[in-house]
Amino acid sequence: MNQRIRTLSSAGLAVLAAAVLTFALWSAINHPVRADESDMQDYASPLEVLLSPDGARLYVLCQQSEEVRVLDATSFAVIKNIAVGRVPRGFSLSHDGARLFVANSWDDTLSVIDTSTLAVVATWPVGAEPSSVVEDRAAKRLFVANRISSNVAVLDAQTGAEEKRLSAGRGASYLTLSPDGSRIYATHIYPNPPRVRTDLDNRTAPESEITVIDASRAVVVDRMPLHAIAGVFHLALSGDGRLGVVAEYHPKNLVPLAHLEHGGAFADTLTLFGADVGKPVEVPLDELERYASQPFGVAIAPDKSRIYITCGGSEMVTVVDVLRLLRFIHTRSGPYTQDLSASANYVVTRIPVGLNPRGLTISRDGHRLFVANRLDDTISVIDTHTNRVASIITLAGPSTILPRTLNEKDFNVASSAVEGQITCTNCHIDGRKQSQYAPTPRDLAKLIDAHKSYLAESLVSTGPKHISTLRRGEQAFYTSRYSFQGQIGCATCHIDSTFDGLTWDLEPDGFGRDIVDNRPIEDLKGTEPFKWNGGNPNLPTECGPRTEKYFWRSENYDSRTLTDLATYVRSLPSRPNRWRLPHGELTPAQERGQAFFVRSVDKFGKPIPETNRCSYCHSGPKGTDQKSFDVGTRKSTDNSGLLDTPQLSNIALTAPYLHDGSARTLEEIWTIYNPDDKHGRTNDLTKDELNDLIEYLRTR
Amino acid sequence: MKKICMIAMLLAVGTLALAAPPKMPLYRFENFTAANGLPDNHVYSVLVDGDRIWAGTENGLAVYENHAWKTYTTKDGLAHRAVLSLALDKRTGDVWAGTMGGLSRVSGGRIDSYTQLNSGLSNDVVYGVSVEGENVWVATAAGACRLNLRTDQWTLYNERNTPMFEIWVYGVSATPSKVYFAVWGSGLLEYDQKTGRWDKYDDPDGETEMVLFKDQGLIHEITTSVSYVDNIVWVATYFGDCRYDGRQWHNFLTKDSGLPSNFTNTVKGVDANHAWFGTDKGLAYYDGVNWAVYTPSLKDGKPEMTVRDAQGKVTPVAVTTAPAHNYILGIDFQGDDIWVATAKGLSHGIRLK
Repeated sequence: MNQRIRTLSSAGLAVLAAAVLTFALWSAINHPVRADESDMQDYASPLEVLLSPDGARLYVLCQQSEEVRVLDATSFAVIKNIAVGRVPRGFSLSHDGARLFVANSWDDTLSVIDTSTLAVVATWPVGAEPSSVVEDRAAKRLFVANRISSNVAVLDAQTGAEEKRLSAGRGASYLTLSPDGSRIYATHIYPNPPRVRTDLDNRTAPESEITVIDASRAVVVDRMPLHAIAGVFHLALSGDGRLGVVAEYHPKNLVPLAHLEHGGAFADTLTLFGADVGKPVEVPLDELERYASQPFGVAIAPDKSRIYITCGGSEMVTVVDVLRLLRFIHTRSGPYTQDLSASANYVVTRIPVGLNPRGLTISRDGHRLFVANRLDDTISVIDTHTNRVASIITLAGPSTILPRTLNEKDFNVASSAVEGQITCTNCHIDGRKQSQYAPTPRDLAKLIDAHKSYLAESLVSTGPKHISTLRRGEQAFYTSRYSFQGQIGCATCHIDSTFDGLTWDLEPDGFGRDIVDNRPIEDLKGTEPFKWNGGNPNLPTECGPRTEKYFWRSENYDSRTLTDLATYVRSLPSRPNRWRLPHGELTPAQERGQAFFVRSVDKFGKPIPETNRCSYCHSGPKGTDQKSFDVGTRKSTDNSGLLDTPQLSNIALTAPYLHDGSARTLEEIWTIYNPDDKHGRTNDLTKDELNDLIEYLRTR
Repeated sequence: MKKICMIAMLLAVGTLALAAPPKMPLYRFENFTAANGLPDNHVYSVLVDGDRIWAGTENGLAVYENHAWKTYTTKDGLAHRAVLSLALDKRTGDVWAGTMGGLSRVSGGRIDSYTQLNSGLSNDVVYGVSVEGENVWVATAAGACRLNLRTDQWTLYNERNTPMFEIWVYGVSATPSKVYFAVWGSGLLEYDQKTGRWDKYDDPDGETEMVLFKDQGLIHEITTSVSYVDNIVWVATYFGDCRYDGRQWHNFLTKDSGLPSNFTNTVKGVDANHAWFGTDKGLAYYDGVNWAVYTPSLKDGKPEMTVRDAQGKVTPVAVTTAPAHNYILGIDFQGDDIWVATAKGLSHGIRLK
């Protein structure tokens, strides 16, 4: 009897606690957080983490605050913050740990930090958008992946002098040195240009690669093909060098984007290679109703028992059992990518962490895994024995403490609770309105604190701190939670807030109709309307109902989230243009090209109609008059030839071109797709004159 | 008596010495054709890349490594099946192939191709290619061009911005100081990399079929190939060949040299004084004084080698092998060995000690 009473009391307390929890969380939705468009909070935005060779220090690369934060790896106390260059994207330690190299992607520089003094001792110029750096074991050379120039620069490790550049994949971004130091592996975020020109009826799957570089000779010795992959991120190798693992996106862009169930839009996968694997093989991370959206960072346990993968859109770390994985691939014949039951054979758990988890690192003893949660300024410290977050390092930020904004979805998903065991709706059955549970912010904070043990760590993070409109918008951009079963988010197709280099067949225009090229989203202010047919007059329309219905296939954003999202997207600045001279002047070729761009008379003295001059439609600082025109590029699968004039900002980076991506290069816009001079008068130009026009366009 | 015998002996030795032809390199030629791995017998170009040999054929780009041939075709992304020219980027190990349909780069097994439609390449018919630093210099049927690998910028050279009269550029040889172009019908063009200035060398006698002013300039306007090495320009034409040291010209014709034919497809300088010439009637080697010619006989196809000394004396040398054919299209060196592209196969000349 007493036992029964105790049991009932415990159950009652649990119900009460869950109700209070529900109470608390609902209130967060209705709590009026100020939306200030001009609010530019200085968040840390940790992107990558590294441990010093002795394990005593944790280095955190903070992208938004543009610094390396050095923490004590035991107490997590800040030792020093070191300012580096603009938008640092990757860093690595020398083999002896004496130097830390930081790739500053918007400065085109490398910061070299002396780890004994924790000061920048050199800043070296490198290639276009350096994103990752490794030093060879001999400390003779540095290798730098350049995202815009799609190559790996080889520098003298002592002077920074560039020796040469090795061609890599398009958007080369991440480098890994093999454990024996003999090889460097480079991955890239955009698919390689297609080898042959295809028409719309024979679009081909994207092709990517892992570029393999001989570290001692500094030459490319192999390229491992990754078929149907677009978006390849971090690569890790086991300590014995026999197992390689890379995180990647497998888009399904050749079929209409009609549904998300059963992985209709993307598969999130790993490619495995190495002696343990044999022929490289792709394995899925997703399962039927839960996706490992935006896999990014990879770490392999020192004893090779586990692989840890951060999933940036799913706010979790996926844990894979290596033995089970290898047994699976050696006993079951592939391919496995479409099999959403496959991952159950080797995924052992999924650990909820913070928002947009990206880089990770594991301690030498394998006991602790550090995960950088970029969009809530925390580092999750995971105990690898229990596979739970043991502590959260909050990176310093503004002083106001508020829990992060939650939404209704948190109530319905098991990931809100510890180990996903219950949902709030298990107990919230009394039919009360949400607003009746709204306490004050102080009460909310107390309740969250009191219910920590019930809640997933991602919900109790107390930093940062004041969540600005832009921050909330960025969080909305990167999460996949708004889509059906959390499969995709904005950032899945707009990698790092850019694009994916792919063409898509979207449902609203009809299946097989209006194949469209994915466009970058930088510097959008003043370029509306949106969509290639100009059908969306503004960003809330572009990102709102259309996105929700045809992309997320799930519930709508609330109005505040949509506002935040649109505000964030509108705020994205244009990255530095690498073709312009430092003070804005043009080279002779660019000047000649500009003259063709603005000319009103062709080479035979004949006037060019105003509407057929480049500068007419592509007018203004961003190169669009925001109107629609028919430039003769309509294909048989297009509903209309009238197309919104695209902006020209950083046009050199955004291949392929034209509304359907049919022009692989800028040249092809006119050499192939302008036979009747409808897209500007260009057929009177010689080849060198066309080259000049393109040189000018690259400066836009 | 003793004195007479001594003199007689000296005379005999001297005569023997005079009679022996100059020592010229001897080779054992191993020939590759479609029968033993090449994709096609018509081999336009050859490139030595360490232990690998690249052959540009009529039907694909072949690479010989570890005693086996592998062929890249248009299915692998090659711009066109006919590969006319090859160049190696020694810094990166990339191979550049000029084809009838564009320029291809082979890097780590991946082929990226540039055409006049998808890039700034001047023309798809790429006769010559040369890599110097981070620049790829290209000779095409409609002018020359340069691709800067760092900036991806194409710069075109034609009659509008160079002294070219004709724009059919057959060959290019680039170094950090000078770049030379062999322009069919427009002689030899020189580009000074430091000053950005052009210079042009024409046939001084203006006569296409005669050489009135020997050794006073380029031997003919119809240049087919150029090789710049050790500050010496070696030039091949369809009407004889030349050596130019910046001041003095030395012309070579069949009538006054060991050239087996004036119709020369290709020239490759070894250094300032030694060069190889590929003609329609055999392969010729010049050591600064003497000549050697290697060819299958035009009469019966049997291997032949002849040596011509400074006095013009031609001596046959007994050999058992010869290049695959007399029509020579390309030459490259691998240590002491040579590789020869011919109209009927690829030949590996293994130097005999």
